[in-house]
Amino acid sequence: MKKHPPILTVRNLCKYFPIHGKGFFSQVVRLVRAVDNVSLELASGETFGLVGESGCGKTTMARTILRALEPTKGEILFRANGRIVNLVSLKEKRLKSLRPKMQMIFQDPFSSLNPRMTVGNIIAEPLVIHKMAKRSELKDCVAEMLTRVGLEPDHAVRYPHAFSGGQRQRIGIARALIMHPSFVICDEPVSALDVSVQAQIINLLQDLQKDFELTYIFVAHDLSVVKHICDRVAVMYAGKIVELAETKSLFGNPKHPYTRALMSAIPCPDPDKKMSFELRGEVPDPANLPSGCSFHPRCPECFGPCLKELPALRKLEDNRYVACHLY
Amino acid sequence: MGNDIDYVLKIKNLKTYFQVEQGQVRAVDGVTFSMKRGQTLALVGESGCGKSVTAYSILRLIQEPGRIVGGTIMLYPTDGKPIDITSLDENSEMLYKLRGDLVSMVFQEPTAALSPVHTIGNQIREAILVHQDTSIKQAKEKTINMLGKVGIPNPQNSFNRYPHEISGGMRQRAVIAMALVCRPDLLIADEPTTALDVTIQAQIMGLIKNLQREMGTSVLLITHDLGVVAQTADEAAVMYLGRIVEQAKIRDLVRRPRHPYTRALLKSLPGLTDTHERLVSIKGSVPSMTNIPSGCPFHPRCEYAERGRCDVGGPPELMELSPDRKVACIRAEEIEKV
Repeated sequence: MKKHPPILTVRNLCKYFPIHGKGFFSQVVRLVRAVDNVSLELASGETFGLVGESGCGKTTMARTILRALEPTKGEILFRANGRIVNLVSLKEKRLKSLRPKMQMIFQDPFSSLNPRMTVGNIIAEPLVIHKMAKRSELKDCVAEMLTRVGLEPDHAVRYPHAFSGGQRQRIGIARALIMHPSFVICDEPVSALDVSVQAQIINLLQDLQKDFELTYIFVAHDLSVVKHICDRVAVMYAGKIVELAETKSLFGNPKHPYTRALMSAIPCPDPDKKMSFELRGEVPDPANLPSGCSFHPRCPECFGPCLKELPALRKLEDNRYVACHLY
Repeated sequence: MGNDIDYVLKIKNLKTYFQVEQGQVRAVDGVTFSMKRGQTLALVGESGCGKSVTAYSILRLIQEPGRIVGGTIMLYPTDGKPIDITSLDENSEMLYKLRGDLVSMVFQEPTAALSPVHTIGNQIREAILVHQDTSIKQAKEKTINMLGKVGIPNPQNSFNRYPHEISGGMRQRAVIAMALVCRPDLLIADEPTTALDVTIQAQIMGLIKNLQREMGTSVLLITHDLGVVAQTADEAAVMYLGRIVEQAKIRDLVRRPRHPYTRALLKSLPGLTDTHERLVSIKGSVPSMTNIPSGCPFHPRCEYAERGRCDVGGPPELMELSPDRKVACIRAEEIEKV
């Protein structure tokens, strides 16, 4: 995967949410470290999976990368039009000019589409905002995009309620891709869909990736979908990446005890492969993380240093990073 | 079919229709299945296929504009006479006993299933006090015992906690405690883990399994997740547009699905073995309930559909291919050879 130059480099990205106390000055009493010191590099054209339990910070991280949320600190280097820019220090105006290059596909196809707008207007809106097409061209652009995502051009005059979940997700995809972005964050794009429709959307995302040369960050909690679509996967726990590897080696030989537990929790659709799941407890409160390694109270292999010292994300071999004292 | 003693539930030709502006919605249209005592039967299907309506019909929880218009639901309690659920009077003592005592339910969303203004302990204790003749003190002891059984830490203190003070997984444990505290004959679990993370899902499914073994409860598991089905159920019935299209022992169903819909569903799962291959998807989407296709309701999406055979007449009947194996497809035998 290292053939292409990176399209996105994230360095020491942090997103903290303050919890204010009572009283007039409402001092900050605690910090929720939703994303804590995360670094990663995305090669152009790859699909990068971000997995973890709810509350682990995967969605916050995705949104912070797009600066839909303001990062607390860190660097986000994004390559657009042959130049590398640091998104964190960018002014609003410059950021807006880069928006067409980075888009997002949302989880819920029901709440992510405005029910009062026609499908045509929904899909055309990005072009209007960024003044990327003349009025007269809009209709053709929309029609072309609709066909591309598997809908009919005359669907443009209808409203979102007339469509099924899978079709709405196609509309959301069309809206994200109409400006020909180079980088798209898919935040749980299929988890609200039925299995039979899920497969259609996954196939569509893969086809579009080829045609438009897209780089995806694929946020999901369904590991079988991630295994299917992603080239590399990062596992997040309590705001940090605990393991990062190529999909094959991550699923074939998970190193971090948490990754292993996650893998063993996937119910296999084969009744003869019985699960051996042993993870106790739940995700810790992000405002009140355990000392040392955040995973240690649930970890079956916890020993001395785990209680005191936070393990750093270390390189184990090429393209393989683990944050665990065992290695 | 075996003796009635082997079965806990028999549903025959159940029809639950909803009268809406656009016409009649046949949410459940002639569902027939039996559940063996102490086993887990999974009702599988996509959203809108009628699996939840079937469950609500068993508890007689169908509300206007819905109505059970035909069929019988027979429940065979371990002690006592068989109960014909469909013929029970709306206000009868027996219906009261049925809900929560003989049959209970675990819902998808634990937050919505619990009252936010009562402690979890009080809510579970209420279930005991309603159905059993015990003192408040005894009921509290039972509740605390049950809280411990479902794995809620520190049951003594947890009794006084409100739902918002505990996590989603713990809330679902509390709901399970409430459902099982009266030792029902049948537990209906309607997508019990869909709102939870995989790790918590594995914990909850394990918990239901253990308690089922311990108490001998039969479980009707409603889900769309074939992975969960394969791991927990003994038998499965696949539903499509208000009808059962295939019922079989779980191993047979997964290894040799006979109905084209079951086949397609299994194929469309992103397998845990091969990556980056194209997924086999089912064309189109589930049609609207007010506009069910003629003939076999699945024919517009079916890759084996034959013109003039599959798209005419009424929907195919559920045929028994062998004991424990039923399929509703007129081409089931032919397809097998393809």
